[in-house]
Amino acid sequence: METSLSAGAADIGTAEERAAVDEILSPPPSPWVGGERSPRALHVARRDGTTLPPRSLLLPALRALESRVGVVSPGAVNYLAVRMDLPPAEIYGVAAFYALLDVGEAAPPVKVHVCDDVACQLSGAGGLIAALRERYADEGEASLDGVQWHRSPCLGQCDRGPAVLVQRAGAHAADIEVVAATREDVVRAIAAPGPSPTPPAVVPQVGDPSLVVLRHVGRVDPTDLDSYRTAGGYESLRRALQLGPEGVVDWVADAGLAGRGGAAFPTGWKWRAVANQADRTHYVVANADESEPGTFKDRVIMEEDPFAVVEALTVAGYAVGAEQGYIYIRAEYPLAAARLRHAIAAARQRGFLGDDVMGRGLRFDIDVRQGAGAYICGEETALFNSLEGRRGEPRNKPPFPTTHGLFGKPTAVNNIETLMNVLAILEFGPARFRAVGTPDAAGTRLFCLSGAVARPGLYEAPFGTRLGALIDMAGGLMPGRTLQGVLLGGAAGSFVGPTALDTPLAPADLKAIGATLGSGVVVVFDDTANLTGTVLRIARFFRDESCGQCVPCRVGTVRQEELVARLAAGRPHGTVADELRLFRDLAQVMRDASICGLGQTAANAVDSALRLGWLGG
Amino acid sequence: MAAVRPMTRTDGAFPERSVRATIDGRAVTVPEGTTILAACRAEGTEVPTLCFLENLAPVNVCRACVVEVEGSRALVPACSRPLEADMVVSTRSERVDHSRRMVLELLASSVDMSLAGPDLERWLEEYGADPARHGPLAPTGADRQARAGRHGSVAGEARATLDQPVTIDNELYVRDYSRCILCYKCVEACGDQAQHTFAIAVAGRGFDAHIATEFDVALPDSACVYCGNCVAVCPTGALMFKSEYDLRQADDWDASRQTVTDTICPYCGVGCTLELHVQDNRIVKVTSPMDHEVTHGHLCVKGRFGFDFVHVPPPGAEDTRR
Amino acid sequence: MFGAGGGTSSYEEFHHTDLIVLWGSNARESHPIFFHHVLRGMQNGARLYVVDPRRSTSAQHAHLWLGLDVGTDIVLANAVGREIIAAGLVNREFVRRATLDFEAYQASVEPFTLEMAEELTGVPRDAIRQLAHDYARAPRAELSWTLGITEHHNAVDNVFALINLALLTGHVGRYGSGLNPVRGQNNVQGGGDMGALPNKFPGFEDVQNGTVRARYEAAWGRALPATNGWHLSQMFEAMDRGDMRALYIIGENPAQSEADSRRTERLLTGLDHLVVQDMFLTRTAELADVVLPSTASWCEAEGTVTSSERRVQRVRKALEPPPGTKGDLEILSLLAARLGFDWGMPAAEAVWDECRSLSPMHGGMAYHRLEALNGIQWPCPDEAHPGSPFLHGRLWDDPVGGAKAAFHPVRHDPPLDALSDEYPIRLTTGRRLDSYNTGVQSGRFSSPLRRPESLNLSPEDMRLLGVVEGERVAIASRRGRIEAPVHADSTLRPGLAFMTLHFPDQVSTNTLTLDAWDPQSGTAEFKATAIRVERLDSSDSLEASADAVNLKVGV
Repeated sequence: METSLSAGAADIGTAEERAAVDEILSPPPSPWVGGERSPRALHVARRDGTTLPPRSLLLPALRALESRVGVVSPGAVNYLAVRMDLPPAEIYGVAAFYALLDVGEAAPPVKVHVCDDVACQLSGAGGLIAALRERYADEGEASLDGVQWHRSPCLGQCDRGPAVLVQRAGAHAADIEVVAATREDVVRAIAAPGPSPTPPAVVPQVGDPSLVVLRHVGRVDPTDLDSYRTAGGYESLRRALQLGPEGVVDWVADAGLAGRGGAAFPTGWKWRAVANQADRTHYVVANADESEPGTFKDRVIMEEDPFAVVEALTVAGYAVGAEQGYIYIRAEYPLAAARLRHAIAAARQRGFLGDDVMGRGLRFDIDVRQGAGAYICGEETALFNSLEGRRGEPRNKPPFPTTHGLFGKPTAVNNIETLMNVLAILEFGPARFRAVGTPDAAGTRLFCLSGAVARPGLYEAPFGTRLGALIDMAGGLMPGRTLQGVLLGGAAGSFVGPTALDTPLAPADLKAIGATLGSGVVVVFDDTANLTGTVLRIARFFRDESCGQCVPCRVGTVRQEELVARLAAGRPHGTVADELRLFRDLAQVMRDASICGLGQTAANAVDSALRLGWLGG
Repeated sequence: MAAVRPMTRTDGAFPERSVRATIDGRAVTVPEGTTILAACRAEGTEVPTLCFLENLAPVNVCRACVVEVEGSRALVPACSRPLEADMVVSTRSERVDHSRRMVLELLASSVDMSLAGPDLERWLEEYGADPARHGPLAPTGADRQARAGRHGSVAGEARATLDQPVTIDNELYVRDYSRCILCYKCVEACGDQAQHTFAIAVAGRGFDAHIATEFDVALPDSACVYCGNCVAVCPTGALMFKSEYDLRQADDWDASRQTVTDTICPYCGVGCTLELHVQDNRIVKVTSPMDHEVTHGHLCVKGRFGFDFVHVPPPGAEDTRR
Repeated sequence: MFGAGGGTSSYEEFHHTDLIVLWGSNARESHPIFFHHVLRGMQNGARLYVVDPRRSTSAQHAHLWLGLDVGTDIVLANAVGREIIAAGLVNREFVRRATLDFEAYQASVEPFTLEMAEELTGVPRDAIRQLAHDYARAPRAELSWTLGITEHHNAVDNVFALINLALLTGHVGRYGSGLNPVRGQNNVQGGGDMGALPNKFPGFEDVQNGTVRARYEAAWGRALPATNGWHLSQMFEAMDRGDMRALYIIGENPAQSEADSRRTERLLTGLDHLVVQDMFLTRTAELADVVLPSTASWCEAEGTVTSSERRVQRVRKALEPPPGTKGDLEILSLLAARLGFDWGMPAAEAVWDECRSLSPMHGGMAYHRLEALNGIQWPCPDEAHPGSPFLHGRLWDDPVGGAKAAFHPVRHDPPLDALSDEYPIRLTTGRRLDSYNTGVQSGRFSSPLRRPESLNLSPEDMRLLGVVEGERVAIASRRGRIEAPVHADSTLRPGLAFMTLHFPDQVSTNTLTLDAWDPQSGTAEFKATAIRVERLDSSDSLEASADAVNLKVGV
């Protein structure tokens, strides 16, 4: 396309901005993309893979700008346009899609994202917000010392809220996770010269011999490949290489493994579909964009057992015939991303990744790509678009990722927990794997317990465990408290009342009561909880996180929030029955006609709350 | 005469096999690759569309064209989904009608659709859309600068809309985004479906998603080359030729006084067909037929706007001899 | 070479070809909707190669741009031909069956090694080699050119150099493979089709062919001259000699559009009688003894035009013309009446029907068919004929139908206006997207894109000259001197400058250009002028900067 610089900026960025971009892109090979105008070079121009960086580096470059200068400015967009041969309007459209990228002339150097989502609401987010407003400024306003705070959707620290993510730009750039945060913790994190250490994840069952997915956690040093190997690491890949790609797929299928991201699609079927595609360029993608409110399981795995994630993705690549894998991880998980990058580098150095994996002539490597604040990017096709440097808008399906996935190629995309189960299948064999759980749901599930339980944290239990038993594992409710309800499956899931305590946590049983397991979210609400606030927060969440592409979701989530607000305030338009009719109409069009799962599930939680008689429904 | 190939085909090959399926209880046979929409239209079955246009690849975002396919959990967009063998399609099931009604109602509740044409008016009526039940209009409209993933507090008393001022930053066309239904057609026409200029893109997210140049700079500061191909595809009057806008503002736009005449552009030698819309012996708008194989409905700035010279008085008309 | 003058392919074939070469063509701005077809082809997988001195907006879309020095097209083309032969990539079967004089061509390109071509064109040899190999290997390839090829003193040789490449590789006469001059002006193709050439009847039949002439003489009941007329450049020479004393100009503005405009104006004023028929009181009309105000033929009258893909298309009356104007047809009929010939007042369709009764290639193009089919591509000999999407399929018949196509060896002949110490910068000209020719039509609408005329220079030359954006400078050629503001243009190299011809009333670029013309086609060398740029504000800095430029270009 024509090189077209925006006249909205007088320049192509500051030296600092150009350096941030240059850090991500290799040096410009010609004068036409920002390189030196040598006389000979001015007689020729090539536009192909040898001269243009892949568009998939756009998001990393935008992130680099955010991190180094705290904003994506018009000048910087012009520089990106020159370097990447992309239109400024498209770059802007991509940047403006993400909540954690500031676009404009300038932005404060420190941005504080305070989680006020369903779980953190129960653990003091309101108080923290008030304290920050007092210390700094009103929400969205920069304080005199250059700090701006915002309320944030779930940061994936639900068992130790309130959670905060500090984005600090400049020379001491860092993304800092603060958990169980107080005002002082936040002030300290902003001022600390380096990245503050994140406290280790909470896994109350550490050492329990019945653990499958979490069996390494607490027993392996997540920064040491040798420690991982001593604990049996890379035995599963060895076994996979013995079985051959088809053998691996057979085992995974025989084990009855279903996806743990929410849709519960059979993993073996998916892998076989990709492996059989005639187009020989295949990809595997680990979906680590865990953003469902209430969910933190994949973060714990990536932080505590990163080598296993790398090994599991290598197995997946081997099974489906991919030479390149990607781990797409949400921006809110800096520690997990760092651990993964470290693990990948170590694995590469030791021949577990690269051109000759384990000396078997197998070529496979992994890139870690971070998001920039968009729940929708956990939807697999939105994830592909985001990774490809486009707006994270879901694609219509079909075609499915197994035939038209990342870069249009056959792609196996799996949730982190799902991949971890593959290692277990290879280690224990499909029969032993299947022996755990229920007949139609093999193995264990990770459950993210938060809210009004004595010991919040990540739990692993077989499919079929009763909800009440799971809550008991977490120490039950606090003394003297009674149960109001439980949010199962996250914002896209549904509320259940105390009558559900006897329900086995397995797909068929949950379906019977109109619930799903989703991503394993279990947020417990006792009699002190403000459920109206929770439902309002969920309605706000979907309005914020809708990508805006399709009408049912883009407008439907707005109308849903307005309706919930009216009911919460006790000021319905017409009668409550009129409002309920309107809600059912909204819920149905979102469910029936939205492009992707976000819109299709955006009314679930509100629907269940109304059915439970909350909000006066 | 070469066969006309649709612009949206990318493989250059003609379908060889045919597909048998059922639409509204009738057996249909179509060439493989035919969309449900095309199959319905061939059958004379109306399927409402807002974001679909024959000369652009379908983006399937408006969801007005959804139909029910047996065995499919959600409804499917007819505009992009190919008809498959043995598919059983209902175009007017209860679920379909409900979704269409709600899509139209949701759009009409947030966007000024008064210039969206007679088809839309008819559909609003036919499907029973009732935008008013979402409450009175909010006093202020969309915030184009809203940060992705954030919005102000919602009381729910009044319904949010896209109401915003008209943007007039050049002499050739105006942009009234309070009429924008975000059908993506302008972005597609400016982008890789026709013009490849990419002056505009979708920015922001959710309800605040909007069509924008980079940082919302004025069109003359953007890459825009004023081909007007975005205006030509806009279904709601959000993008409008300045000539039309001015006449409408003066309450002097009158389609009944207009004629449309096909001719050939007087500029370069490519031979683009122009449709001259003439009112009171003045050209008020220029379009090109979408089904014409030279232009596919697209023009350049000269063909679209370079006609003023015919309205300048001729040289020495009454006294030609010196 | 192939008889009739017209592009051999349809635009639609560009969607389904494998490789597209735009040579001396900035179609992105000069032919935007043709370029849409190029883009569609690229989306379908075709590769685009652009040959142009400037990295034009078209070149910015190309997979490979070859930025040759102005006037070295034959060097590049011959080197591509030589490389195709040397690499064994000639389509031997096609050359044997369908062409003549391959050996002479082979001998003629032998000196044009990649090394020599790099030296003379400036284009790195690997890029030349890549163009040669990719063009030859492509299953289908379209080669297209515009005024960058034809506005040179050796325009026809330039065209032959390109045609030779198509013959070498068989990239002509098949769906998706062809040779396409894209016409710069509306109905230039139609003018040629209708015999508005000094040596042709309608349908490109030779004036000197007695059989053809007899057909027209029988229809018109008069003897017709058997000799060729003059083309435009010859007419100006005849005016200069005093052999031509009266001129009737319809819809042209030579006083501003022709090279060396000072000479043009002198010759036009020197005529005994000048008649100009135009919509506007152009600069040329101002010089006329009689001005005949005419209607806008594209929207105030009925008729046909022909596009660059040989498509004859209907133009229609959409507006009532202003009072006092008359249609071209009416004016000609009235003139004929004054000269003693009663033609009546024929309608456009009647004139067209007479034309197609005489010109065989238009025979089947009845108005009702033109309407129904959105135009028809010639040749279309009868009303059962669908028209011809591409030409010269006969070359693929075995044996070849009709005459074989001959290679035309051509020599490199650099621009006549040579660079020197005194005139060290090469000025080339071209169009902008929103403008057209001398701006008579395009200057009237409110284009947000319109900038005043400027002398575009590379950032390096601007630095060397010590001039800043927008600064007015003097530009001198061997023929004249004008002033214009400078504009930094990073698509240019040091030593290469660019101007348009769109704003003759602001900046008379054609004061600078050379009227040297191609003896075979009569087109002038607008594309290669030697200039010097001088600062206006200080004579000291003027010398200094001129020296700096001299240093820069190594003289």
